[in-house]
Parts: sequence; C-alpha cells; structure tokens
Amino acid sequence: MDRYYDPKDLPKFGNIKEFSPELGKQFFSYYNDVFKEGALTSREKALIALAVSHAVHCPYCIEAYTEGCLEKGADEAQMMEAVHVAAAIKSGSVLVHGVQMMNKTKEITM
Amino acid sequence: MSKKSLKALAHDLSDSMIQLKVLNRPTADGSEFPQFKEKVANLGFTPFKPVSVDILQVNVGKMCNQVCKHCHVDAGPDRKEIMTKDTMQQILAAVRGAKIKTIDLTGGAPEMNPNFRWFAEELTALGCHIIVRCNLTIILANPKYNDLPQFFKKHKIEVASSLPHFSAKRTDAQRGDGVFEKSIEALQMLNAVGYGKGNPDLVLNLVFNPSGAFLPPDQAGLEKDFKTKLKTEYDIEFDQLFAITNIPISRFLDYLVSTGNYESYMQKLINAFNPATVGEVMCRNTVSIGWDGYLFDCDFNQMLDLKVAAKGQHISEFNLKELEQRNIILNQHCYGCTAGAGSSCGGEIAQ
Repeated sequence: MDRYYDPKDLPKFGNIKEFSPELGKQFFSYYNDVFKEGALTSREKALIALAVSHAVHCPYCIEAYTEGCLEKGADEAQMMEAVHVAAAIKSGSVLVHGVQMMNKTKEITM
Repeated sequence: MSKKSLKALAHDLSDSMIQLKVLNRPTADGSEFPQFKEKVANLGFTPFKPVSVDILQVNVGKMCNQVCKHCHVDAGPDRKEIMTKDTMQQILAAVRGAKIKTIDLTGGAPEMNPNFRWFAEELTALGCHIIVRCNLTIILANPKYNDLPQFFKKHKIEVASSLPHFSAKRTDAQRGDGVFEKSIEALQMLNAVGYGKGNPDLVLNLVFNPSGAFLPPDQAGLEKDFKTKLKTEYDIEFDQLFAITNIPISRFLDYLVSTGNYESYMQKLINAFNPATVGEVMCRNTVSIGWDGYLFDCDFNQMLDLKVAAKGQHISEFNLKELEQRNIILNQHCYGCTAGAGSSCGGEIAQ
C-alpha cells in the first residue's frame, strides 16, 4: 500500500462485509433504505449526500454523489449550491466559536 | 466542439470495425467485460428473437444542420448520404405488403432529405402513423423549413425532439452553441399550431439523454421538472419526456475514449444491467432501415454496419416472415438498452 486513497477502492466498498458479514449486511440494507424516495426525493437526498461528502472531506463520497446527483437529474447550479451549504455550515461552525473567544476575552480583560 | 463528423476528420472511430474492436477489447488491467450475448442467454433468450415487426425506423440520411457531440449516427452538414426516392418507393411497397402501421423517420435531420415531404405524404396515404425525430433547430435553419410545424400538423405526424436539458449551458454543451435558444423558439412554434397540448393527433414528445458519461435520471421525475421549468420560463408545453441512455458507439464512444471515461461507463452499464428490460428492447418489434435501403436490428446496429441475419438484407428483398424469424445480432453496445430502467427511442422500457 503506497497511498491512503485509491479510486479503485470505491467499487470495493461492498467488500467491508468480508470481515464482518452481518454488520456489513445490516449497514447496506439501512443505507439503501435511507436513499429511497420518501418524504424527501431521491434527488434531494443525493444533494444532501453531496454536501455532507464535502463537509466530511470524503473523496470516495464526492465521486459517488457527483455522479449520483447527475443521475438523479440535478444540475451544476444545484450541486454547487449544495456544496456552498456545506461550506457555510463549516465556516459558520468555526465562526460561531468566536463568541466563546469573545466571552473569554471579555471575562479576563479590563 | 468539432463542427465536422468523425468521417470528415478521417477519425479511426468512423470505422465501424474499429468501434467493434474497442467494444470488445480487454480492459486496461487485462480483464474482460462480460459478454452481453451470454448475459441474455443466461436469462433464456437464446437465440435472441424478435416478437414482431410493428415499426420500421427509417434513416432517410445522415445529413444534419447540427454536429452533436454524442451523435451515434455521426451526422452533420458534411454527411452526404441521403435516401433516394427509389429506396423510398421500395419501403412504401414493403409497408403496403406487410401492413406496417408505424414509421419512425430519423436521420440526420430527416427533413433535409429533398423527398421527405413526399415520403411522409405517401406514408400517410397508406394510413401509417408517422413519428419524426426532429432536432427542432431545422425548423429555423432556412425559410423553406419554417412551415414544418404546419406540415407535421396536416399529416398528424408525431414529433419527437431532443432537448437534453432545460438549461442553455447543458444543451449547448452537447448539441452546439445557440441550439438551446433556437430549440425553445421551435418548440414555441410547434405549440402555436397546437402541438404538445394533449391532442392525440398533435403529439410532441421530448427526448432527454445525459450530457456526459452517466445514466439518465428517473423518467417520471425528470418529466415533471421539464414541464415545470419549460412552462414557467418559456410558456412551452409538451406531452411526454423520454429518457434515453447514450449508447457507446460512434461520436459518444469517441467522447468516452478521449476523456478516459470509456471503461467506467461500460462498467456502469454492466452494473446497471436490468433483466426486466431484456424482453422489452426495441429490436424485438422494430426493423431499422439505412439510407441505402439495408436492413438492421436497430439504428445502433445500423451505425456498426451489422446487417440483419436474414437472407434478404435489403428493403428490395423485404420478407416479413423471414425478418420475424431472424436472430437479432447482439454486441457489447447492447448493454446501453438494458441499463437501469432500460432505453429505447420511446424512453424507459422496464415494465
């Protein structure tokens, strides 16, 4: 193994069942159910997955859900807006801690 | 975006033999894709036979005013292959004899054949239902085509038109600069004479195919989006949307190979193989006729020059019984018709 991420590993995702068949089976059954059309459309779910993929910095997920979004009929504008949602939450989560910094600063300064 | 056909560029992939070689060569890691023929044989379709010959799909010529990136015909303004009136006469004789009721006219831009209107009138006189694969922009390409909506209406011709997206960017990327804007105008002209408003005599269907190396979305959901967007933004109505998979041949094959997407796209088609589609593929009730009168199992086999496995391979030798009993010729590109919900000129095929 000469690198941590290999695109050839993505189609092997199902192989995680090898070391733990029952848990793997339960996971994929749950996973497939989650992405079925429900209160949210499968396209909305694919866009959420794309945004989360960026937030968790998962290259496998980004590849899978970029294709997934296109195959659910999403367009470039919708996909980039989803990524901006992830970016806004990520940056917002950093900035909201600024309040803590400000609180502490005010606590210990004159 | 090239404005020339692969043939005019003397590109390797303009040769059907080379396309078949690419489709059947081992992958980069030395493994081989499973044979489509074996896949369907395992389902009991051995040999693969038609159920009927209900539809003749007639390619009246490869000439087109557009040079779409994905075109499986490799059509364009530089293609001069055009069906003659003699060949059309032979088709009319076959239609009369076999009592075929549906004729699907395609190209190129079929309207560019100088005998297109005559042929359509003769077919109408025989009581045929005609479908024309109209690329929309042809209606505006020259004043002599501006009255096509009225002509279609007069003969109750069903119009099937490609529109890969309701955004200009995605449509133009596949079909050429400015195509979206002209397509919208042409759709408005068709609406103005009554097309696309639920009248069974004036059917206007749109055809979606992905602008890249991915499978089409769910047809029903996409139709809803297209209807909402086109109505809201352009006051356009249409009847149905057909979602079609891009078949890995000709210019789309060139796109796949040149962008490094070929193997992953083939694998995608194979992974999405849906046994429920196999009995419904269009070669089971359609015969395709080339511009020069030769007969094929489908438009894709036509472009790969895989003529029907029958004694009479030309329209002048049309023999309905023999064609109904033929074995359909299969190859690796057939995975395109059986992926996901399946694909035909009428969109999804899975029941």
